[in-house]
Amino acid sequence: MPVHIESVSHRYGTVAALEGVDLDIADGETVVLIGPSGCGKSTLLGIIGGLLKPSDGVVSLSGTPPVESLNPFTYIFQDFALLPWRSVRDNVGLPLEHRAIPAADRAGRVAAALALTGLTDFADAYPRQLSGGMRQRVGIARALVVRPAVLLLDEPLSALDAQTRQLLMDDLLAIWGREPATKIYVTHNLEEAARLADRVVVLSRRPGRVREVLRIDVPVADRARPEHAARLAEVQRRLWDLIRDEAATADREMVDG
Amino acid sequence: MAERRPIPFRGGGFDPVPRPIVPWLALVAILGLWQVASSTGLLPPLFMPSPATVMRALVDLSADGTIPRHIEASLRRMIPGWLIGTAAGLAVGIAMGIFSTARASGLPIVSALFPIPKIALLPLLILWFGIGEPSKIATIALGVFFPTAISAYSACDSVPRNLIRMGQSFGLPGADIVRKILLPGAMPGILAGFRITASVALLLLVAAEMIGAEFGIGAFVLQAGNLMQTDHLVAGVALLSILGLLISFGLGHLERWVLRWR
Ligand SMILES: Nc1ncnc2c1ncn2[C@@H]1O[C@H](COP(=O)(O)OP(=O)(O)OP(=O)(O)O)[C@@H](O)[C@H]1O
Ligand SMILES: [Mg+2]
Repeated sequence: MPVHIESVSHRYGTVAALEGVDLDIADGETVVLIGPSGCGKSTLLGIIGGLLKPSDGVVSLSGTPPVESLNPFTYIFQDFALLPWRSVRDNVGLPLEHRAIPAADRAGRVAAALALTGLTDFADAYPRQLSGGMRQRVGIARALVVRPAVLLLDEPLSALDAQTRQLLMDDLLAIWGREPATKIYVTHNLEEAARLADRVVVLSRRPGRVREVLRIDVPVADRARPEHAARLAEVQRRLWDLIRDEAATADREMVDG
Repeated sequence: MAERRPIPFRGGGFDPVPRPIVPWLALVAILGLWQVASSTGLLPPLFMPSPATVMRALVDLSADGTIPRHIEASLRRMIPGWLIGTAAGLAVGIAMGIFSTARASGLPIVSALFPIPKIALLPLLILWFGIGEPSKIATIALGVFFPTAISAYSACDSVPRNLIRMGQSFGLPGADIVRKILLPGAMPGILAGFRITASVALLLLVAAEMIGAEFGIGAFVLQAGNLMQTDHLVAGVALLSILGLLISFGLGHLERWVLRWR
């Protein structure tokens, strides 16, 4: 669903985290947010998902989400946020338990999400028994089970090692091909940005403003092809040019609060 | 080519190594030494009975029903006292973990009253409830209440914020967040608190029984001391040790069962 962010600002006490962010996101689009550490990316995602009240501005959704979408704005978390006392199946089923839907539909949704993320054989395992990559698959399955209209991902791969990250990125792309949801994806990893994004939004250092919006004209499905490698490398270089100075300055700032 | 020398080994030494028989050997050695000291007259029986005498006292007093009667009297105080204190402490502690108002009003009061040695309140409680059972049960309940409230509160407080945000992000109602995220997440801390409150309950039980009771292990130990029956006295102390061990054994099982996901 199309998401509209209109002059959103946010302050934590006296610290201005975001200032006048404007962004329109099209239905089914994947927008990747990058920017120096502490520039307000997580804050913006929290505001979009309704977990934080912006100091100023509004975020709105065009149209009504489809009825089967039980939780229109759904997060996938960096630290997975799994309940360690629940099995994989019960973690994935958690968002459905308080919804008034038939038990068969509930079990069907869980089974489908487990199958889609390759977790069917691990349904009875507990999170501590799983590797980081498998844990994040549980996080993804739990998000898909509610058929989100907008998926909000805050550095979903950054707690993983490089190889697992690569594998899971491929899986995410495969899943996304079948997911109509609009995706807003925060990352520090420019390779992820170049690989996943329809558009990359570069935020300035704190207080975050939209510094540049970069559309990547290679279709997402074709980006693994060797003939596009040079173009994607150029995109990454361009993104790095945009954030390097800001990142260096942000890094030298004192962290207050 | 330079000479090759193997690298000298510097690790090891501090790694824990399982030693299954050593604890029993140590116990037997201590008891053996004690028995020898008694038999040779090094330990006068008036001050310290021999292990064999204590054993005999335990057997005789069990057989004639003395020990069971005292244990029953003690458990009839300790169990209700612990249960009442725990129930009230959990209610207050969890409320402070959930509601800001309960936290703001309750935490200073609980923290201020927590350090009072609760046995000091026994005279007051005797004035309120009389010299009988209720004042002893109330002392134990009070002693258990405060540490329970504080450990339940900090257990709730230590549940990762991100799990609660996760629940909110999926639209879980507040009651569901409490039931499915906060309470299970606080369980390890709450159960760890039980170990502390069990020992508090045992301590207050003995103290209260020494202040005024006819039956109960504390009263039994005190009477034995007054009559200089050191074998009975040490037998009573041994009972307390066994009771404490049984409680901690039971709590260990409870923990392993409740926290079997760990
Ligand atoms: N609860 C809070 N209270 C006070 N300040 C906060 C709070 N949360 C974030 N901040 C500050 O607001 C700024 C933006 O935070 P935010 O987490 O949104 O940044 P970010 O871009 O996600 O950073 P990172 O790249 O490190 O994840 C930071 O400087 C942070 O220190
Ligand atoms: Mg962040």
